[in-house]
Amino acid sequence: MSNVSKTERQAAMIREISGANPAKCMKCGKCSATCPAFDEMDIKPHQFVSYVQDGNIEALAASKSLWKCLSCFACIERCPRNVKPAKLIDAARQIVEREKGGDYLSPDEIPALLDPELPQQLLVSAFRRYRR
Amino acid sequence: MKYSYYPGCTLKNKAKVLDAYARASALALGFELEEIRDWQCCGGVYPLGSDEIATKLSSVRALADARDHGRELVTLCSACHHVIKRVNDDMQNVADIRTRANNYMQLDTPYTGETNVLHFFEVLRDRVGFDALAKKVVNPLKGKKIGAYYGCLLLRPGEIMAFDDPENPRVMEDFIRALGAEPVVYPYRNECCGGYISLKEKEMATRMTDTIQESASGFGAEMLITACPLCRYNLNMTANGLPVVYFTELLAEALGVKEGIEA
Ligand code: SF4
Ligand code: SF4
Ligand code: SF4
Ligand code: SF4
Repeated sequence: MSNVSKTERQAAMIREISGANPAKCMKCGKCSATCPAFDEMDIKPHQFVSYVQDGNIEALAASKSLWKCLSCFACIERCPRNVKPAKLIDAARQIVEREKGGDYLSPDEIPALLDPELPQQLLVSAFRRYRR
Repeated sequence: MKYSYYPGCTLKNKAKVLDAYARASALALGFELEEIRDWQCCGGVYPLGSDEIATKLSSVRALADARDHGRELVTLCSACHHVIKRVNDDMQNVADIRTRANNYMQLDTPYTGETNVLHFFEVLRDRVGFDALAKKVVNPLKGKKIGAYYGCLLLRPGEIMAFDDPENPRVMEDFIRALGAEPVVYPYRNECCGGYISLKEKEMATRMTDTIQESASGFGAEMLITACPLCRYNLNMTANGLPVVYFTELLAEALGVKEGIEA
């Protein structure tokens, strides 16, 4: 019971945070076809849209797609229905980070990842995307 | 002509040359980039969540500062440009974000998106003009076959970035032509290099940059140019890939102002 309402609440949050409307999706698959991270994703961009629409949030929260999206906006640019799959993925990621404190990057990992050429921009962006 | 200028954190550090060559070239072309006072890092990625405010404030501050000086705001790094341009769009068009950002900031005059944000390429195209640029070239880069790497952030979402045709851009090719070199158009020039994925997932990122590099060399490019320090870093992960240089380095070279700028 509480689980159902939690799922509903999360689905609503994803819609609200993202400002995207999954109901407009016509399941053409164009977003997935253009996604450079497609092979790495367990839930593909077009499926992600359906999952939000069906309220199947638990699966989304556990999906590794959250950490594979590159924010390249190809899916947003090329979606014929202006659904904005990347925004839905990002909203789901934020919910996970906010609720579980689920971080994909810890400061302890950083020293081992550094090299002399690495631009600040990379650290800054990764921190912003992977942590709350 | 003077523009307000937002350099960004990377251009103060690992990508100093991107900045130095741009300033020298600007002077040679008759305009000046005046750095905004006390700017703060934009965060590198645009906060997509419609409820995020705090992460957008550094951009709003820079935008308001340019407005207060009555100037257009120029950026160089693709990522800074993307973030600041999109936050400006929010300030123009999203009433809720505009109100809450202004409540936080308590500026003397509330900011409502008045500033025009220009990427350096747009200054060259729309303010200087590529014909005028070509006339100032003293060392034409004759015979060089150059691939433009656009990446994602300058182009998408096209509706907001309004930089060029997101699927068939030409500004960087026109730039290359103005310098006397030969642009090489290749299919992967506007596909993603992996962005921040290269921090933790080198293998995935390298697979992506290998594809881009192969696409460019397959079409005959001898070098790649970019505006983005992260694109450059990522594209350099490909073993034996084409050399990747900042577009401002070529510009400074063609304008004859490259010497004396320490790389
Ligand atoms: S491209 Fe748009 S309409 Fe097509 S499947 Fe993806 S989200 Fe749905
Ligand atoms: S933004 Fe994310 S989901 Fe969309 S195409 Fe790029 S990597 Fe794929
Ligand atoms: S995009 Fe980059 S370089 Fe630009 S200020 Fe922001 S993080 Fe730093
Ligand atoms: S191409 Fe790469 S670094 Fe450059 S803008 Fe895209 S993700 Fe960013």
